[in-house]
Amino acid sequence: MKPPNDGPDLEVAVELERYELFADPLYNFTFNRRQFLKVFSGGIALIVPLSNLLTATAQLEQGESGGRGRFDQRVPNEIGAWIHIDEAGTVSVFTGKVELGQNIRTSLAQAVAEELRVPIESVRMVMADTDLVPFDMGTFGSRSIPFMAPQLRKAAAAARETLVALAAEQLKVAPADVRIVNARFVNHDASKSLSFADVAKGQRLVKEIPADIPVMSVKDWTISGKSVPKVGAHDFVTGKHEYTSDLKRPGMLFGRVVRPVALNSTLVSADTKAAEAISGVTVVRDGDFIGIAAADPSLLAGAEKAIAVHWKAPGQTGAAQLFEQLKRASSPSRGGGGGAGSGRPVGSINEGMAAADKKLAQTYTVAYIAHAPLEPRAAVAEWKDNKLAVWTGTQRPFGVRSELAEAFHIPEESIRVIVPDTGSGYGGKHTGECAIEAARLARASGKPVKLVWTREEEFTWAYFRPAGVIEVSSGVKNDGTVTAWEFHNYNSGASAIQSKYAFPNQNIQFHNSESPLRQGSYRGLAATANHFAREVHMDELAQLVGMDPVEFRLKNTQDQRLKAVLEAAAKSFGWGVKGQGRVGGQGIACGFEKGSYIATAAEVSVDPKTKKVKLERVVASFECGAIVNPVHLHNQVEGAVVQAIGGALFESIDFQNGQILNPKFSKYRVPRFSDMPEIEIVLLDRKDLPSAGAGETPIVGLAPAVSSAIFEATGQRLRSLPLAPNLS
Amino acid sequence: MPNITSLNVNGKKLPVKVDSQTSLLSVLRNFLGLTGTKYGCGEAQCGACTVHVDGVMTRSCTMPVGKVAGKQITTIEGLAKDGQLHPLQQAFIEADALQCGYCTSGMIMSGAALLKKNPKPTRDEIVRHMDRNMCRCGTYLRIVKAIEIASGGAKEVRK
Repeated sequence: MKPPNDGPDLEVAVELERYELFADPLYNFTFNRRQFLKVFSGGIALIVPLSNLLTATAQLEQGESGGRGRFDQRVPNEIGAWIHIDEAGTVSVFTGKVELGQNIRTSLAQAVAEELRVPIESVRMVMADTDLVPFDMGTFGSRSIPFMAPQLRKAAAAARETLVALAAEQLKVAPADVRIVNARFVNHDASKSLSFADVAKGQRLVKEIPADIPVMSVKDWTISGKSVPKVGAHDFVTGKHEYTSDLKRPGMLFGRVVRPVALNSTLVSADTKAAEAISGVTVVRDGDFIGIAAADPSLLAGAEKAIAVHWKAPGQTGAAQLFEQLKRASSPSRGGGGGAGSGRPVGSINEGMAAADKKLAQTYTVAYIAHAPLEPRAAVAEWKDNKLAVWTGTQRPFGVRSELAEAFHIPEESIRVIVPDTGSGYGGKHTGECAIEAARLARASGKPVKLVWTREEEFTWAYFRPAGVIEVSSGVKNDGTVTAWEFHNYNSGASAIQSKYAFPNQNIQFHNSESPLRQGSYRGLAATANHFAREVHMDELAQLVGMDPVEFRLKNTQDQRLKAVLEAAAKSFGWGVKGQGRVGGQGIACGFEKGSYIATAAEVSVDPKTKKVKLERVVASFECGAIVNPVHLHNQVEGAVVQAIGGALFESIDFQNGQILNPKFSKYRVPRFSDMPEIEIVLLDRKDLPSAGAGETPIVGLAPAVSSAIFEATGQRLRSLPLAPNLS
Repeated sequence: MPNITSLNVNGKKLPVKVDSQTSLLSVLRNFLGLTGTKYGCGEAQCGACTVHVDGVMTRSCTMPVGKVAGKQITTIEGLAKDGQLHPLQQAFIEADALQCGYCTSGMIMSGAALLKKNPKPTRDEIVRHMDRNMCRCGTYLRIVKAIEIASGGAKEVRK
């Protein structure tokens, strides 16, 4: 199986954005043979070596484990995932991935059920529990489908072959005579059959998946490729599913952190005596940390008030000086651009400019925005015999375990992090602050402590999507050929800074900067900012040479997949068709990131008096290789479009002197029911290509399409996100 | 001093000792263990905490418990009757109207309150009624569809 894109694109696809991980260790191979054997309790296990996931290819080195030795007892040193059929016949899949609403629990179960030829209901997904599952870097970067799913598929195929061979022995028939029907092994005339339990009983087999195990080809899929409903949906619609914030442990206390008045504050003094005197309240002071815990949560507010605390905060940059600071504080261009995206210049900008009939230089900006997951950060921490268990909603259970180990100076082996299916993240839950705070309170009080951040805390003490300044200068011929492309991104990031356009002369650079606010991952990372600048600039160039924006883009790319999504979106949208009852301006944009392609067309109306922008209609065309679950893919794309509306039109973190000025939903506007346009999603199913992830890329096309639509409606070219406040 | 001693929730009179100023949300979640009702903002902006008080849609995060003592409170846990899902709960599954699911309880309680007073709402009425419920995964259009299905207003669901 070939990766979705050869050459440099693959590098972009798998390499980590610098904001994705902060400074945490990249790998930590602690789920090893020893630990596996501790958890393994008989039955049959098929192991995916971690190296398979890390190399992100389906090809293992041929060698000791390849193909032969059906009952090879070798367990790899480092385990990436495994499938277990216990002696009762239960199929369990162990993976470090986290379910946050992207429905990866369902998609991965589909792949396993398919290869094992069992109904999806008989597959149990054990996810994101650091004591039970192998190390995983985290659930981010649209990696679960392209990298985890194929490996689990292979493990399931190997499990099936192993089970079939065992069943054949028991049935005294040739393996070729055994089929799996309704989770039973049957011989050719169905005169004999065995259950999974019959076959797994009394076994103690551990096998590394062979490198060359064949998996089902996409055209034969019967479970993948279908709209399997969300696993566990019943528990969500009845309120039964327990998120971290819903958990209760025996003797549990409720926690609260006393927050400074401003970011980057240091504690000068705190008088906690009055609070400590309140019966039933525990007060913790440790360095700059002050927290309280009580069995009765209604005591917390009073206890917090009773603490006299004095903070010292430095003077800090505000939103008004932001873009100036980002440019001023930027470091010199770096060829590597933090690992992804920036490249060596191609051709000569000077020559490209000399060859141009027209030139254009413009600056684009994006504001900080917040993820605002509806479930704020939450953690329940419990110490027992110097061992720590923490339930928390995070996208990086193993990363949070490392943070806890560092914070409490205990070995990672003493810490268990468990992630219940979480109330979303969008890249915003990579870190473990809340887990550490809950654990600190639990340590001091000697009891389990639950800490749930308030909405204001979530808006203030988490991290933001980086703001940025992007400068683009270009040259174009009158026939629409772009001859020069110079692109500088300050601070927002390098994701998708490269494009699928065939610009003959280009210089594309990402510049690090000093961010006044804490920043990190966000769905799509900088791909949104880079697409916004690039695609608006492309629209401006098309206008400059009097060319249709779709035609202009098609002329400047040779990428067939990009052309396909762009043409599909234009067609469904009715692009260029006159008199289609249009109500305002129209715009279109396209792009590529992490192995998948998106084109987005938008129509807006602008009230001439109030200047209120209403998004009327969106068509998004998306292609990510072979489709795994059409309804869930449709919903991920639609969800990305909806989330994109906020960042495109109105979301922006306002801040001054270390204070977030709009840290609540009444001041920070996110998309609501009444903001919904009519949305049409066009999915292109490429059964001939491996499946790429879909959680991020569909978000990148909306903002530039909306900016261009507003331009058509009003004549105003808006180059700053969010757009709506800039309309005059 | 605590001055609420019991609360009528999901058809049962439950003993609870809390100050009357405590939010209904906190009482439900932290004192009665009914965690299906969610905290999302604490300022009645997101709707994750929606319950019914005497059948009326109510944001429990800003409702002092003293104001609802003696009234009939219904939470998501009490919406299904005798193991039978409310038609809107069923429609949420059918229309795949949830992703992370954290807004779902509040969405269903808000939608169910609408259907109770207006069994055949128009699309505009649905949008207006639901506009103070927030979903960050972007399931709004499917939630509208689910309410239409539950009202008998839409039969077709995309498969």
